[in-house]
Amino acid sequence: MSLGLVILIPLLGACLTAWQREGTSRNLALMAALPAVLSLVLLLAWLPEVLAGVTQVQRLAWIPSLGLELSFRLDGLSWLFAMLIIGIGCLIVWYARYYFAGKPGAGRFFTLMLLFMAAMLGIVLSENLLFMLVFWELTSLVSFLLIGFNTDSQGARRGARMSLVITGGGGLMLLAGLVLLGQAVGSYQLTDVLAAGPMLRAHDHYGLILGLVLLGAFTKSAQFPFHLWLPHAMSAPTPVSAYLHSATMVKAGLFLMARLHPALADTELWFSLVTVTGMLTLMVGAFVAMFMHDMKGLLAYSTVSHLGLITLLLGLGTPMAMAAALFHLVCHALFKAPLFMMAGYVDQATGTRDMRKINGMWRFMPVLMGLSAIPAAAMAGLPLMSGYLSKKMLFSESLQLATPDWAVAVIPVWVTLAGLFSVAYSIRIFHNVYFNGKPIDLPIWPPREPRYAALAPIALLAMLSLVIGLMPAEAYRWLVHPAVLAARQTLLPQYEFDQLGAALPMAMSLVAMAGGLLFYAIRKPLFRLHARLPEVDAKEIFDWIMRWVIELSQRRVYQLENGSLQRYLMFLLVTAVILVGLELIRLPDWRGPLPLTAIDPLTAVAAAVLCLSAIGVALFHHYRLPALLLLGVTGLFVTLTFARFSAPDLALTQLSVEVMAVVIMMLALSFLPQQSPKESSGARFGRDLVIAGLVGAGIATLSFAILTRPYESIATFFLANSLPGGGGTNVVNVILVDFRGFDTLGEITVLGIAAVAVYAFTRDLHLKERVAGSSAGHWVAEPHPIMLSMVARLVLPIALLVSAYIFLRGHNMPGGGFIAGLITAVALTLQYMSGGLVWAQERMLTHFRPLIGGGVLIATATGLGSWLFGRPFLTSAFGHFDWPLVGEFELATAMLFDLGVYTTVVGATLLILANLGKLMTVSGPGKEVG
Amino acid sequence: MELLYALTLGVLTSCGIYLLLRARTFTVILGLTLLSHAVNLYLFASGRLATSAPAIVGFADHSADPLPQALVLTAIVIGFAMTAFVVVLALKAAVELRNDHVDGENPDEDRP
Repeated sequence: MSLGLVILIPLLGACLTAWQREGTSRNLALMAALPAVLSLVLLLAWLPEVLAGVTQVQRLAWIPSLGLELSFRLDGLSWLFAMLIIGIGCLIVWYARYYFAGKPGAGRFFTLMLLFMAAMLGIVLSENLLFMLVFWELTSLVSFLLIGFNTDSQGARRGARMSLVITGGGGLMLLAGLVLLGQAVGSYQLTDVLAAGPMLRAHDHYGLILGLVLLGAFTKSAQFPFHLWLPHAMSAPTPVSAYLHSATMVKAGLFLMARLHPALADTELWFSLVTVTGMLTLMVGAFVAMFMHDMKGLLAYSTVSHLGLITLLLGLGTPMAMAAALFHLVCHALFKAPLFMMAGYVDQATGTRDMRKINGMWRFMPVLMGLSAIPAAAMAGLPLMSGYLSKKMLFSESLQLATPDWAVAVIPVWVTLAGLFSVAYSIRIFHNVYFNGKPIDLPIWPPREPRYAALAPIALLAMLSLVIGLMPAEAYRWLVHPAVLAARQTLLPQYEFDQLGAALPMAMSLVAMAGGLLFYAIRKPLFRLHARLPEVDAKEIFDWIMRWVIELSQRRVYQLENGSLQRYLMFLLVTAVILVGLELIRLPDWRGPLPLTAIDPLTAVAAAVLCLSAIGVALFHHYRLPALLLLGVTGLFVTLTFARFSAPDLALTQLSVEVMAVVIMMLALSFLPQQSPKESSGARFGRDLVIAGLVGAGIATLSFAILTRPYESIATFFLANSLPGGGGTNVVNVILVDFRGFDTLGEITVLGIAAVAVYAFTRDLHLKERVAGSSAGHWVAEPHPIMLSMVARLVLPIALLVSAYIFLRGHNMPGGGFIAGLITAVALTLQYMSGGLVWAQERMLTHFRPLIGGGVLIATATGLGSWLFGRPFLTSAFGHFDWPLVGEFELATAMLFDLGVYTTVVGATLLILANLGKLMTVSGPGKEVG
Repeated sequence: MELLYALTLGVLTSCGIYLLLRARTFTVILGLTLLSHAVNLYLFASGRLATSAPAIVGFADHSADPLPQALVLTAIVIGFAMTAFVVVLALKAAVELRNDHVDGENPDEDRP
């Protein structure tokens, strides 16, 4: 049976309740109880193995190639926690069924609760630490939604936010800690981590790992000073408080400390960090709880105090401290959940949670009083109750300490004092609510006792507290002992409950009880005294810190991301210069071993012109038209460069593209200001010059270093296989349409997308309100020169013939689909320019978008065609045919592919040009261009 | 020749970068075009410089590296499409925002 099911079933249940969220709370509770009970039964089925001390690890391959797997672990410790999570969960479902009766939001509650249950189960059942962390964060997220359940209450929203900030922040610390831990161990599997204890404790990063992991645990388990979120989470509906703060959320941190005990504990650092934090939390929680007037506030701070107590025990390190810690953890879950439920019922019946108003409830709710007496007594640690034993275990363990000296002296006194407070607040919540005179100004009158069925969860939990109190040894053996063994990973004897009868623990217990009674008896003057104490509102401090953090990060973000493109580019370029520069400087020699080739005068002159024209563009960029013309010169000389260095295909492509690009930019320029304002300051100017110079120098050095070094090229393969494999002698074209045909297919698709994007943009672009400073009106008014239009019409058939020739010979000589397409496009563009858009558009036989689509389709279909012959996508075939009069003629499927390229290029280029041209006409060409 | 090529490339890049850092859309487009020339030439140079040796089987006894050429050829065409797209973007921005600053607002106007 898979352990994953235990987690999966509540998750599926959450889907069910989410789907049926409009149902009544009774139906929804049934729906939620079903998966919970099912999981519980599954878990119970493992009891024999757990009692036998077997650790089960189940692995499910997830992405084996990455070493990722879903792995689950079930041993005594995880079983105990899982039982608490599901068991208390079932009773909470029962409770919530009555709590939400007739209220909205039941569906949301049950969904979130099941989700939360699944996440908690994930934490305790995970074998992989990172996997556990995912569930850990999930509990933070779901608890955020649960605490902020009443979305229209500001307090709930703030409480939820605070809990998310604190526990989420702790989760990040934990992530860092666990990653360090995993790196140190070399594995994220718990089995390996737990076995690596001695190595970890001696590790250099031990302190860091421990600190980070503990921060994660402390924030989750509301340890001082991170306890803040817990009392503020009390704005949540009571079932949420009862669930999150008795058995689940806050216990996750304790679980982590117990789980990683063999790996990280039993060092001085662990002792001081964990024990001292536990002591502080224990005392702060107990003290504040004493003076709380809000029922749930008192319970919240008492929870903080009890969590501190368990943390303290986890820190002690005496052999049986773990036993005491886990025993108390169970007891606490069993008495705190019913007390929260009781508080919820009293709140519902009276309309308030203020204990200064709620008095003398015994008259109205006798049964509830009788039932809640037991958990209250257990919390106080009165004899016969579970809490009595766990508290005496604490006292007894505190006396077992041998080192350090301060702890031997302080801790026993400290825990006795805290025990005294806990007696006092436990008496307070019981006596104050049910006796203590008459009720004062209750919003709901008269208070009515809830139905008996609604009280059943409280009764059941109270009974369990009593049973544990009466039969501690049995409860310990069945529930806690396997967990203690699993947590310590050593063999330990059973806990001797008889030793608790010894004189000292007994005395401490008596002192606590008597002191607590006394404390409660003189509470009135104490309350007055407390009211006079200066009030430290921790929430204010928290809010102040949050505001400070937000302001700081906002300032930082605005500094980095202020919306200025120039600044972003500056960052980008400077980073590139630094990264590449560092590598270049490390290069022993910029000049490689290859000999330099000789410079001929013509090339030198061309290079000079190229440089001068580029510098001219930069110099005269304020005057846009001259700059654009110079840019055209640059493009032409780039073309010549390609021609000079044996790349005829590139030269042809660049030439035709250059013409089109300049035409497009001229079109655009007619709508834009003709001059750029001179607005850069001297400093900005200098800065940009330096950056540009550095990038240029870097590129020059880099390319020089490349050009003078020999290299291994895969070109030999292409050169050797071009003719036999691809049937063409022009290797560049064969690469484009055959060897790397798939790349080309992608590229013409991009071309098509860009063209369609231009079409989409210009479609709704109305340039009627022209940009200030443009001279478009003047240009449009010019008639089309008669000479140009006459020549253009003559040129068209010749140009088309040339492009057909270029296309056909492309496989063997410079040319091909790209170049032919561009030549056709240039020829047609000339018609647009000479005859005008309307004139040319009327004579176009087709729209351009179908051309693009058709071209991509032809290319794809050619590729798919090879499947018909059982070959891979885009395999080409060719043959030589004899054509009368013409002679031998080669036909290749690659040519069909090239036809697709040709069509796409023509369509895309003309779509772009015609649409930009459309903007020139005042009212548009009458019909859509494209 | 290699030194000359590298220097020319450096000048082209510098001019392109300088224009790229200016504040007006049209100037940035000019810079982008120069920069894409530079990038194409740089990629092309990774096949080293060959004279009178086009990558055509049987044309000469040695041959230039055809692979960078094929890559640069598509780069030129796509670069053209991108230029056209940026041009339209600049036009649209100029019309809708009533200025041609790259950030969509003139620096003398108030900033939040």
